[in-house]
Amino acid sequence: MLDVTNVVVRYGAITALHGISFDVHEGEIVALLGANGAGKSTTLRMLSGLHAPAEGRIIFEGRDVTVTKAHQFMALGIGHVPEGRRIFPQMSVEENLEMGAFARRGSYSDDIERMYVMFPILKDRRKQMGGNLSGGEQQMLAIARALMGRPRLLLLDEPSMGLAPMIVEMIFRIIAEIRDQGTTVFVVEQNAAQALRLADRGYVMENGRIVFSDTAANLLVDPRVRAVYLGEEVEEV
Amino acid sequence: MITWWRQPWIRRLMTSLAVVAVVELMTGPSGSFAAPTTGLIGSYNERVSVYGLFVGRRWMVFLVLALAFFGVWSAWLRGGPRMRAALRASTASPRDVASRRPVRWGFYVVLLVVAGFLPHLVNDPYWQSVLVEQIAVFVLLALGLNVVVGFAGLLDLGFVAFYAIGAYTTAWVTGALPTPAPFDVHLNPFWAIPVAIVFVMVAGILLGTPTLRLRGDYLAIVTLGFGEIITIFANNLYGITGGSYGSGGTTGSHPIPHFSIALGPIHYRWTLAPVPYYYLTLVFVVLFIIGFSLLEHSRIGRAWTAIREDEVAAESVGINPLKYKVMAFAIGAASAGFAGVVTASQSNFIFPATFTLQLSINVLVLVIFGGMGSIPGVVAGAVVIQTVSMYLIHTPPAGFQESDLYMYIGALLIVTMIFRPAGLIPSRRRRREIVLSEAGESHADEVLTGDVA
Repeated sequence: MLDVTNVVVRYGAITALHGISFDVHEGEIVALLGANGAGKSTTLRMLSGLHAPAEGRIIFEGRDVTVTKAHQFMALGIGHVPEGRRIFPQMSVEENLEMGAFARRGSYSDDIERMYVMFPILKDRRKQMGGNLSGGEQQMLAIARALMGRPRLLLLDEPSMGLAPMIVEMIFRIIAEIRDQGTTVFVVEQNAAQALRLADRGYVMENGRIVFSDTAANLLVDPRVRAVYLGEEVEEV
Repeated sequence: MITWWRQPWIRRLMTSLAVVAVVELMTGPSGSFAAPTTGLIGSYNERVSVYGLFVGRRWMVFLVLALAFFGVWSAWLRGGPRMRAALRASTASPRDVASRRPVRWGFYVVLLVVAGFLPHLVNDPYWQSVLVEQIAVFVLLALGLNVVVGFAGLLDLGFVAFYAIGAYTTAWVTGALPTPAPFDVHLNPFWAIPVAIVFVMVAGILLGTPTLRLRGDYLAIVTLGFGEIITIFANNLYGITGGSYGSGGTTGSHPIPHFSIALGPIHYRWTLAPVPYYYLTLVFVVLFIIGFSLLEHSRIGRAWTAIREDEVAAESVGINPLKYKVMAFAIGAASAGFAGVVTASQSNFIFPATFTLQLSINVLVLVIFGGMGSIPGVVAGAVVIQTVSMYLIHTPPAGFQESDLYMYIGALLIVTMIFRPAGLIPSRRRRREIVLSEAGESHADEVLTGDVA
């Protein structure tokens, strides 16, 4: 579904991604893991058109999207939940959802109802301003807003950032549900243990390169991954 | 017990004295370095004569003003929350807007009827021409700038450029410039309206496409430069624009004609008299208000709001920021272009000296004062500020000079920003934000930073 081949991203003289390749197949959840500064967010910024790659190709559903602009992705079928959620703070929950359907023509009221079924809390808050929601609610709203565009591929940037463990678990359950409803998910996460339990496959990044890739179950028990990214977290959780 | 001079009321009193002293010093009749205190205590001659002490009474005016300022301030602190609560009760609960709509429409119809009778109510030639030249035209300019600043959140400091382009286009197509008119016939200004609007919109697109990639301060500086460039062109391209003499300066040039209608049996010609121009402009003001309100609640308006609030998020939902920003520039320019047509036709001659940076700033003040993003707000802001300005110029209080005008307007703006940070009539969205922030559900700062930036 998504094929990324030998992509190099530079910020001026600094090379952030040294030719990475990965792919995402329809119907799976793929997690991209790595420490701070490994290049995860750059990868996602590149995938969502916020930063164009200097070299390499990105193919989505057989179409070359390497130089596509950020605002064109939604219409292509790629939804993006940006880092830090970035909901519209001064629009109500409902207006935020309506904005999510901007790239689409036609009626979207059914989609809003569907989001309220998936995220009942948003229905309770629907007249509230986005900026007044809690972090977890904002994350749900950001995901719901991206789903309003009916994407076939959903990109999630650090969905667990700054959220309480209980909320993170809830968000991850929702992500699994989204996959089960037929949307492919690509998630960038720092919380490796939890992300791997959710994902089908995983890629591990270090210094702008992909260092391992395997099924999530294998990565979860891989001693190298455990040592570096999971540490004692595995025993703890 | 706090030291006496640290008590809040003493501080308020001292601040009041200081503020009024500064205002008095700056507005006093002397303004000279030799006698800097004249504004405060009167000139030497005034002081030595008994007449001056009791009739000149500058210092008494000073004390009264300072105490009044202090009194209002204290009263606001004491009763303010209650007053504000009462005010909010009368305006709040945004979700009721739909149910109150008939009342609202009724209110607008009443306003329109009042506006219709206004020139006869004021019934004074000065105020009638003010209604056209200073109020209606500035309402149009404020409405246009509101699209750019209020809806799309782009700070434009060179809005005067579009006004100038509208006026010069009118002069051009009616054959009043040294540049030959594009048609053999010198057009009726009615035909200048579409031409001018198309010209300013194209100018908006030409300016916007390369510059709207910039953000915030950078964009403000570029637009400032654009405004200046247009003024300099008007001033210096003698053979094209008539230079600093304006449209009437060259031999063989003739005045920009008035509007006229010759439609079958209907023959009507506008003249220098302001009232017919007032009605003509009023019709267009209403049309622009309706058009811009529809836009505000349209898909385009929502895209503007989204870009204003978070550009990255807007892109992530599929909004092309550049496209919608350029649209805001072009659409906002339209009403300024029309204002240019009215100004040119009504005054018969145009001069580059009309189109100054000061005018851009003035229009921006109207928008901020009235309430960015709020159409009723910017209309009210334009009416209030322009009326105050013209009143001060028409009936200057003792010691007032025309050059002091913007000091008073500046003070008015500062006071408004302290007590009504979102403007005179904030937009529904902003009002909702303020209600929420005062209920402690969000940060007041959040409310501010979102839109002002």
